[in-house]
Amino acid sequence: MTDFTMKTDADGVAVITWDTQGKSMNVMNQQGFLDLHNFVDMALKDDAVKGIVITSGKPGSFAGGMDLNIIAKMKESAGDNPAQGLFDGVMDMHRMLRHIERGGMDDKNKGGKPIAAALPGTALGIGLEIPLACHRIFAADNPKAKIGLPEIMVGIFPGAGGTTRLVRKMGAMAAAPLLLEGKLNDPKKAKMAGVVDEVVPANELLSAAKAWILSAPKFVKPWDEKGYKMPGGAPYHPAGFMTFVGANAMINGKTKGAFPAAKALLSAVYEGAQVDFDTAIRIEARWFTKVLMNPSSSAMIRSLFINKEALEKGAVRPKDVPDQKVSKVGVLGAGMMGAGIALVSARAGIEVVLLDQNQDAANKGKAYSETYMDKGIARKKATPETKEALLSRITATDDVNALKGCDLIVEAVFEDMSVKAEITKRVEAVVDADCIFASNTSTLPISDLAKASSRPEQFIGIHFFSPVEKMMLVEIIKGAKTGDRAVAKALDFARQIKKTPIVVNDARFFYANRCIIPYINEGIRMVAEGVTPALVDNAALMLGFPVGPLQLVDETSIDLGAKIARATRAAMGDDYPDGAVDSVIFRMEELGRLGRKAKAGFYSYDEKGKRLGYWKGLADEYPVDQSKRDLDDVQNRLMMAQTLEAVRALEEGVLMDIREGDVAAILGWGFAPWSGGPLSWIDIIGADKAVEICDALEATHGARFKAPALLRDLAAKGEGFYDRFGNAS
Amino acid sequence: MTEAYIYDALRSPRGKGRKDGALQEVTAVSLSAQMLNAVKDRNGLEGHAVEDVIWGNVTQVKEQGGCLARSAVLASNLDQSIPGLAINRFCASGMEAVNLAANQIKGGAGQAYIAGGVEMMGRVPMGSDGAAIAVDPTLAMGTYFVPQGISADLIATEYGFSREDADALAVESQRRAKAAWDDNRFANSVVAVRDQNGLLILDHDEFMRPTTDMQSLGALKASFKDMGEAMPGFDNIAKLKFPHLEAINHIHHAGNSSGIVDGSAAVLIGNKEFGIAHGLKPRARIRATAKIGTDPTIMLTGPVPVTEKILADHGMSISDIDLFEVNEAFASVVLRFQQAFNVDPAKVNVNGGSIAMGHPLGATGAIIIGTLLDELERRDLETGLATLCIASGMGAATIIERV
Repeated sequence: MTDFTMKTDADGVAVITWDTQGKSMNVMNQQGFLDLHNFVDMALKDDAVKGIVITSGKPGSFAGGMDLNIIAKMKESAGDNPAQGLFDGVMDMHRMLRHIERGGMDDKNKGGKPIAAALPGTALGIGLEIPLACHRIFAADNPKAKIGLPEIMVGIFPGAGGTTRLVRKMGAMAAAPLLLEGKLNDPKKAKMAGVVDEVVPANELLSAAKAWILSAPKFVKPWDEKGYKMPGGAPYHPAGFMTFVGANAMINGKTKGAFPAAKALLSAVYEGAQVDFDTAIRIEARWFTKVLMNPSSSAMIRSLFINKEALEKGAVRPKDVPDQKVSKVGVLGAGMMGAGIALVSARAGIEVVLLDQNQDAANKGKAYSETYMDKGIARKKATPETKEALLSRITATDDVNALKGCDLIVEAVFEDMSVKAEITKRVEAVVDADCIFASNTSTLPISDLAKASSRPEQFIGIHFFSPVEKMMLVEIIKGAKTGDRAVAKALDFARQIKKTPIVVNDARFFYANRCIIPYINEGIRMVAEGVTPALVDNAALMLGFPVGPLQLVDETSIDLGAKIARATRAAMGDDYPDGAVDSVIFRMEELGRLGRKAKAGFYSYDEKGKRLGYWKGLADEYPVDQSKRDLDDVQNRLMMAQTLEAVRALEEGVLMDIREGDVAAILGWGFAPWSGGPLSWIDIIGADKAVEICDALEATHGARFKAPALLRDLAAKGEGFYDRFGNAS
Repeated sequence: MTEAYIYDALRSPRGKGRKDGALQEVTAVSLSAQMLNAVKDRNGLEGHAVEDVIWGNVTQVKEQGGCLARSAVLASNLDQSIPGLAINRFCASGMEAVNLAANQIKGGAGQAYIAGGVEMMGRVPMGSDGAAIAVDPTLAMGTYFVPQGISADLIATEYGFSREDADALAVESQRRAKAAWDDNRFANSVVAVRDQNGLLILDHDEFMRPTTDMQSLGALKASFKDMGEAMPGFDNIAKLKFPHLEAINHIHHAGNSSGIVDGSAAVLIGNKEFGIAHGLKPRARIRATAKIGTDPTIMLTGPVPVTEKILADHGMSISDIDLFEVNEAFASVVLRFQQAFNVDPAKVNVNGGSIAMGHPLGATGAIIIGTLLDELERRDLETGLATLCIASGMGAATIIERV
């Protein structure tokens, strides 16, 4: 079974069509490469063929990229000497692409046949690297198509010549956002950027490509001709020098040195820019091998692509429950969370009833969607029509009876047990008996909330993150009595609104907050100990976290932290371990430094709420001890504070699937993405090393770092989390 | 052990390193050759009297490329039998030339050397030779490369120096340099630059701004703030290496950093027998030399550890040193040196330094050794230490002792 077919038309143009069986979009694998190569080779040798067009059999797309499942397992399947195996494999691919690029020319660039790529639409990753090896790229004028090289997003870089060819085609400066940020363009923008050569009406795609071939064009690549100069200058050209100085600094500054693929990519570009094309390709292959050999890349692919997608497609959904698609959702409470939930639901085409205590509050919640769509219109992402359509799906009301007919309720009212209990009862009296009731609580146990419900098996937690329309994760929490249909309902809803769900069991702070709170607390503890606040936040940024703990607590607000601390302290009594944290939080609260919303927290802010720097008074409250500058210690504490919670959550059965623990950590609070998540991180460093770190931290900083029994057991047996629990993936 | 003695030390005046600078018209080879000829003539040497010429130079491209030392020898009145060695240790190249010559003499490899260096910064721009550490991602990212100005500001931030501290040091450098010229203290060492007809081109340091005061410096914009805070954001890189810092305090500007100038210097070094044979009197012995590698990001702190090293290696203490020359690459470099050793600023760079007179990269190390020796003689003191900070994180030092 081959994904490629070739047909030579009467005009003498051979058309190679790519059509991956059983997939909506083409994906490349090793066999596909061989098939493509053989067809190209056959056509080049066939005297009746004047040139070749490579296109796709899928309407609206050329290819989605390489099969990442293959890339993730490339290292394992590369033999006894994986580096050599990977390098050889990559070089084989390069030879096939170079065969296309040379088009049968001799070493004086004589003879040969032109080869065009005709892209009906989306062309990503290898789906663009193959066209870049062709002599001319035609793209159908399909504004929904995305063209680009997003490899960097999953911790690798374009390693099939895309890096080397794009830089040679456009120059390092112009290629930088495409390579280093994985920026995608529609066909028109891709042409403006110089990625594709021509954009033509979709129905003329093939004829335009053929016409070019039949025009007997000059098709040798500029870099295969004498005197080629890289646009913008190679590294030791004066202009190029400045580009590279700047690129190194910007990438290092932006990634805080935490993402190995960005460094490797830039090295491939720099070293490749100084030599001829074939040498540059070999250099690219060596760096690509280096990235594939780094456990970070397979961990990132596993969490950010394979497992994320599996969870989105319902990997943990109860199998026997029929489709629970939501048609009408009732959102209780039109505050920030409720308004956001209403927006994402309406955006997904779901009817929304947005209820609040009075009409004004409900209207205000609906206005959030209006503002959102207005911004979309300003950015040309929406039209007045789509705005109207979306708003027409949201009914803002203060009448609980309007909830009739809802098949899902999402409650997002004040975090108070009795308030929630009361509204639960009132709403259950109105809605149909099969309606599922979900609470968006972030702190209250679902099993306790479910006590107010007459149908606890239909009661569940759906914990959104703020801002709802941006944050990808939803955490679905099963109470003690929650039934399978409720779980399926929540998962099907998540899928409708295009979120990535995880399903966890009910326990204090569920999963995400259970890990985030210790992260914040560890940062606060360090301030109390005299570690300079800059080191606390910078150490976190250098681990790849989007914000440091002190900035994070300023964002989420100190009084919320104090409130949670009081509640936790009340619930735990003498076992409460965070007294050192509370002394700081309560003091900040007392000083009115409640965080960004108060324009005063660990940081100072201007009147517009812009962060200015650490509050100067902080050093008076908590004098800095200049001897406490051990970056490793600070980073180990920040990592372990979260990671050990993930391990305990798994140990206690709160987490039921390690994939969820890793995916949620990255999507939910930006846990060091290069690691693939906390459990992947332990697999990377090794459980024995993790235990060693825990032992050292426990000795210096206390029992909260005691290695859990599960971690010790893994260390003793030389296993990793994915060795033991990863079968599902 | 054989001792190495300084018999003579001379330098060119320093010209502004730009289009309207007086030495703009003079080639690096010509200026170097004039220094070599001056050494030969002033000391009555025959053309083959030295073993080698060791010539420091940083930007070794164009006219400064192709082993400038050999070119300079061939352009001078020295014999072709003297070979010529071009060396580069960035800002300490001139000092390394002297140290290398001294240590070869101490090791018995020849009786005498001419050591020194040249930099025509207006003709061959700094950085035009490329540098992997700035552009090679493996190296630049791996070492957290930032330009020197950022490093100088990082020193100020890390060790707590203010803009006022730096400006005051710059004003003092200008005042001292002016006083030294007014008092003819450089008369013995500055060799005027002439054209092929013997016509005078330059006979004084033309970079100096004696009217500089705190107010005029206060008006200058911090030079490295934009590249640090905005594009491309080098402060972020500095903070990756020094994560306990919240922000970098940008205090340096054109007025408290070393000047970009053209210039050259040469030192005649020989053993005792060489002096006797040529009827020359040794002025000082080169008691100790040292070099060291340091953190490449903060980069310019080398004078402190290299001074600690040179003192420890030779059983000396800081109080044994009568006068210091600490190259004024940036004000914070000197401030940090004074802070680390708690030395009296009245003993450091007493005749001004590179902020006032300029810093011709490849020559400065040899210049400050000569300046130090002149002043030890003038004050009739014994022991002096010269030291420089060096790009990419290095330091070099020389201790001389009058005989």
